[in-house]
Amino acid sequence: MSLDSHIPSGPMAMKWSKHKQDSKLINPKNKRKFTVLVVGSGLAGASAAATLSELGYKVKCFCFQDSPRRAHSIAAQGGINAAKNYQNDGDSVHRLFYDTVKGGDFRAREANVHRLSEVSVNIIDQCVAQGVPFAREYGGMLANRSFGGAQVSRTFYARGQTGQQLLLGAYSALNKEIAAGGVQMYPRTEMLDVVTVEGHAKGIITRNLVTGKIEAHAGDAVLLCTGGYGNVFYLSTNAMGCNVTATWRAHKKGAFFANPCYTQIHPTCIPVSGDYQSKLTLMSESLRNDGRVWVPKKKEDCGKAPSQIAEADRDYYLERKYPSFGNLAPRDISSRAAKEACDDGRGVGPGGRGVYLDFAEAISQFGAKTIAERYGNLFEMYERITGESAYKQPMRIYPAVHYTMGGLWVDYNLMSNLPGLHVLGEANFSDHGANRLGASALMQGLADGYFVIPTTIANYLVHQKPGSVTAEHPEFKKALEVCTAQTKGFLNSKGKRSVDSFHRELGLLVWDKCGMARTKEGLTEALKRIPELREEFKTNLLVPGSGDACNPELEKAGRVADFMEFAELLCLDARHREESCGGHFRSEYQYPDGEAKRDDENFCYAAAWEYTGDFGKPTLNKEPLSFEEVHLAVRSYK
Amino acid sequence: MSNLNLHLKVWRQNAGQPGHFQDIEAPEIPDHASFLEMMDIVNERLISKGQEPVAFDHDCREGICGACSMQINGVPHGPEKATTTCQLHMRKFRTGDTIWVEPFRAKAFPVIKDLVVDRGAFDRIQQAGGFVSVRTGAPQDANALPIGKETADAAMDAAECIGCGACVAACKNASAMLFVSAKAGQLNLLPQGQPEKDRRTLGMVRQMDKEGFGNCTNQYECEAACPKEISVRWITKLNRDYAVAAVKETFGNSRKEAGGGD
Repeated sequence: MSLDSHIPSGPMAMKWSKHKQDSKLINPKNKRKFTVLVVGSGLAGASAAATLSELGYKVKCFCFQDSPRRAHSIAAQGGINAAKNYQNDGDSVHRLFYDTVKGGDFRAREANVHRLSEVSVNIIDQCVAQGVPFAREYGGMLANRSFGGAQVSRTFYARGQTGQQLLLGAYSALNKEIAAGGVQMYPRTEMLDVVTVEGHAKGIITRNLVTGKIEAHAGDAVLLCTGGYGNVFYLSTNAMGCNVTATWRAHKKGAFFANPCYTQIHPTCIPVSGDYQSKLTLMSESLRNDGRVWVPKKKEDCGKAPSQIAEADRDYYLERKYPSFGNLAPRDISSRAAKEACDDGRGVGPGGRGVYLDFAEAISQFGAKTIAERYGNLFEMYERITGESAYKQPMRIYPAVHYTMGGLWVDYNLMSNLPGLHVLGEANFSDHGANRLGASALMQGLADGYFVIPTTIANYLVHQKPGSVTAEHPEFKKALEVCTAQTKGFLNSKGKRSVDSFHRELGLLVWDKCGMARTKEGLTEALKRIPELREEFKTNLLVPGSGDACNPELEKAGRVADFMEFAELLCLDARHREESCGGHFRSEYQYPDGEAKRDDENFCYAAAWEYTGDFGKPTLNKEPLSFEEVHLAVRSYK
Repeated sequence: MSNLNLHLKVWRQNAGQPGHFQDIEAPEIPDHASFLEMMDIVNERLISKGQEPVAFDHDCREGICGACSMQINGVPHGPEKATTTCQLHMRKFRTGDTIWVEPFRAKAFPVIKDLVVDRGAFDRIQQAGGFVSVRTGAPQDANALPIGKETADAAMDAAECIGCGACVAACKNASAMLFVSAKAGQLNLLPQGQPEKDRRTLGMVRQMDKEGFGNCTNQYECEAACPKEISVRWITKLNRDYAVAAVKETFGNSRKEAGGGD
């Protein structure tokens, strides 16, 4: 099948303006007749639901959390990029665009990235108008900080809780619309399936997580704003509930899944401390503004207290390898460098999987008070988890799975290949290529929800007869039966192993074979093991309790069942992409100095996988990527 | 790293039915584990014995989403100051300890199952005015409205509230004043929030009363229990804002409704 990305013609800087001009309009009276189903209430979902309701559409919004305010966007710490150039340091829309395309290792779609950079400035205006308390200077102007992969200060922030404040802003807009009657909110409601009617997405099946009731909802369009799939690795910085269910089940209904192998391993997380561990905690990348990363030069020093290691015996490896970006090298590069140091036997802390992030110099330069003002909450969090004070000794950090650049394939309108099914935020694949730069996730979620979809959705809806499909349609009945049967299946399995034990095993396998460094051999092994584990999951699963009440084990069973299937596609995609780019590092493809070696001749495309009914044999569709503005080049941060 | 042997007394309840404490032995708990990871281990053991695990709310496990709750030894989020349950680590307990684990208790937070309660009342209070009525579109440039650092910082202090409900659970009256005052206070303090200040204050306070939360009697247990250390000074501000708004509502406001224009 050929993929039409519907990129507008004309010069890059004019495409979005032109597209806005060319997009269809629906008159206010008719908008009220359309129902839009929004799944997820994070930055993308909440901002889309609120804005579509403001425009007059009827919106139903669903989240599995007990309140839309708890979606995992809330945990983003560092900041949000915008090309405001308030610092007068040479920033511009073009520079943000350039940095993002380059940061994504030339695997993103240029036109989408340019649009993202353009609307970045509107996001800040919008959030300030809502009352988001961004950090400010004494003169009352907004403050900025630097982030990895950029040489300008364009990151806006609210202490170390930027995601929280932006989400609360979007949540307040959502509340305003709930109060006005435009949005009907369904908390503690999990989407189980997309319903398609004559090839169009016309509804969803949900399970009420309090009563267990499985229900059908019909609409004129469906928006999936359901985040990423990082929890396929079990241990990640994602919230416990983050899952691939919505996008995966849409994939099984025909939506193409693009570039699943592009996963981001964040360099600064608290290292694993034991096998009971349920999640990994991120320490914001902003810490790298003032912290210096190092490991001992000599292996025999690893057991010593850091204060006992002389300055001359420390290897500040990021500063050594990347003198111009230093500790602010992009995430993929910093993560891999940490892994190399530990593989070399120079890791620190229990198990030797850790490197130091040292603030001693910044504290002596600026004083502990200034450092506390900048990162106090992060230092406190670190101390609660590890029992150690980063004011007195360096933090120990290690990379962990954080974000997933891959997702459902979408065109310029954010519509998947399934007509009516739109995908926003982390759930789609379009803007970050093979690696996302810091402070860009919040930007993309809000860009999609506040500014893109409100314009582009009309291009689909204008051709639809509102309310033409209702939940009485036989396709809904069929989907209800499938979902009910699956839920019963989990409860009737009566095996011996808990959901978590399966999830942990799958996660370890995927981390081991498809983590920071991948090989054909390792991926082939994983591809053999995953279907076996999936078979065991089917026969040996134990889910206590019943289906008609609150049952967290049952919720997890559904999510892990989908991870078991999805993991195979993840590894297949990683094996097929015989190059290294961004977060996808294949050990076979590297330069002599260990840097990622892209193969633009053969792999300069988005891989959009089509479900065929056989998990091991999906069909590969390619969207060729062309670079008109930012010329393909070897990414260098040296 | 060492292990702890603990005795748990955990509240078990199905919605609409009476609950009870269940005695659960929890031997060999790593002291590096978080409280919720301890609960995971306990649940894993219950499942392997064919029993139903303890249901509890949790999500981000990094102290920011506000999903986790639990009254631990009678204190919301347990004994450590300024810490959510998910960030409480077992090194704060000693081997041999008996730990009582209950849901947040308040009439306005009905129990859904075991330790899971319904905090939907907080959402409804926010819907009653916790916003600035600004459409997505083209507001003025963000720097066109200078806001002093002190004001921005103070607003951020209030905005740090994670909406967990510990303030309610800690209060003998199950009052939600700390939550409501932080939410209203953030916007009431900022210039963006001025046009709707009275309307917001009245709307949120009245919804709070309607939800069945108790009155504030200034004992400040809420501040002591708050994992984000929200100050009770916000309550003072809310009382002041409410008094002004109520007086203006009674005497001051224009009675004329807006017409339809020419």
